[in-house]
Amino acid sequence: MLYALLIAPFADFEFMRRALVGVLALALGAPPVGVFLMLRRMSLIGDAMAHAILPGAAIGFLLAGLSLFAMAGGGLIAGFVIAVGAGLIARATTLKEDASLAAFFLISLALGVTIVSVKGTNVDLLHFLFGSVLAVDDPTLILIVSIASVSLIVLALIWRPLVLECVDPGYLRSVSRAGGPAHIAFLALVVMNLVGGFQALGTLLAVGIMMLPAIIARFWARDITIMIAVAVGAAALCGYAGLLVSYHANLPSGPAIILTAGALYAVSVAVGPVGGLIWLALPRRHLEA
Amino acid sequence: MTGLRFHNLTLGYERHPAVHHLDGAVESGSMVAVVGPNGAGKSTLFKGIVGTLKPLAGSIERDGLDARDIAYLPQAAEIDRSFPISLYDMVAMGLWRTKGAFGGIGGKDHQAIEAAIAAVGLTGFEQRAIGTLSGGQMQRMLFARLLLQDARAIVLDEPFTAIDAKTSADLVALVQRWHSERRTILVASHDLDLVKATFPQTLLLAREPVAWGPTAEVLTADNLLKARRMCEAFDEDAEACVVAAE
Repeated sequence: MLYALLIAPFADFEFMRRALVGVLALALGAPPVGVFLMLRRMSLIGDAMAHAILPGAAIGFLLAGLSLFAMAGGGLIAGFVIAVGAGLIARATTLKEDASLAAFFLISLALGVTIVSVKGTNVDLLHFLFGSVLAVDDPTLILIVSIASVSLIVLALIWRPLVLECVDPGYLRSVSRAGGPAHIAFLALVVMNLVGGFQALGTLLAVGIMMLPAIIARFWARDITIMIAVAVGAAALCGYAGLLVSYHANLPSGPAIILTAGALYAVSVAVGPVGGLIWLALPRRHLEA
Repeated sequence: MTGLRFHNLTLGYERHPAVHHLDGAVESGSMVAVVGPNGAGKSTLFKGIVGTLKPLAGSIERDGLDARDIAYLPQAAEIDRSFPISLYDMVAMGLWRTKGAFGGIGGKDHQAIEAAIAAVGLTGFEQRAIGTLSGGQMQRMLFARLLLQDARAIVLDEPFTAIDAKTSADLVALVQRWHSERRTILVASHDLDLVKATFPQTLLLAREPVAWGPTAEVLTADNLLKARRMCEAFDEDAEACVVAAE
């Protein structure tokens, strides 16, 4: 009975196995980046960047159809251009970075939807917006897994300057020149993971696998390394459970994964050891010292 | 050795000088207090010394020392206290100049870190998240990090403001220990009693140098009055400085 519920869908169907591998790869690469975004109060910037890559992918689609190379390449280029462009505009004008990015991403989303509608069908549009994790083919899977691998390696390399840049940027500047490059490498990781997530979850939900596990982890960990481990674990769990939910209940899988994460988030807010609401409702006696 | 030399140094913001035509030398191994009213240019001078601010005119000689090898404690550290990092890891960052971004931290390093934490009286606090520390404990932590930096020149911007007397006394003892190790030390302070009791040399700054030398000679009533007369606000209608044109 349990086997039929939890294992059978993956044992019986290759497309489910594929989807699981894709989602687990995303769960390894995206949440660590999400933890840093959350700690640096850039959670919504991740969301904005996800929408910003849409026109790039759409132009790739316009030029070469549903070619992975064209769409991923277009998405990467658009992502970098927007990340840098928003920053430059913020520096050169009185506009702050959040407003500048908001302007960019709204325009990008509308532009992307328009471009896809010109050449593609409604199905194509849905794929762009919500992804098709159950339809990942080999090249897409290889792309997602490569992105996750590169992401982990780069994160390991920039770990120290990245952490220090978050907690005490003044000190980092006083002892090293690594701050600037580490920041840029980090933005590159954000864009890369969003492009990877875009294939499976679409532009509206790609950031979900990046941010929700990180936000969940905030309620379970007090140290950054453990926070990242919890985020990865939560993402993997939600990926696996979300696919099962979508299979058994016949629901679209991308949103099902994100909804599972949402449920885990609600549980964390309620009973999470670090700041969960339940500790406010049931106060315990204070300690002797 | 590691002294500092200022050559007709002017530092400032958007062409307005905050430190105006400073000339002189900080002898290697000396301990100098930098004193002056608000807006006198003390923090600006320190930012120039550690290389964060480029001079508007003149220059700073650091006797062969890279600006990044000078340990610097700013007045208000931009530390994100909500970041989930332990006191131990924060102090360990003091080893950056020797370890860089990838160097491993071995047994000897762990001993050095623990010794630094003990030297500031924070043993037992190693695993505390930095957000749970009080102001004084935070300052002690930053001093422990400074200890690990093992720098030949140390610049502290108002390190004893807003901390209690006991912590203050402990940290002053630490600074005196550095002095005995022949490190060059510059400290900005508003506490004239502390300066008179602890620092052999003082620079009285009021945008332009008012007096520089042995503390007793510098902190006279006359000099302090002169410093107080310095105008704090930048003059929006100022002309280009004629001295600078030479």
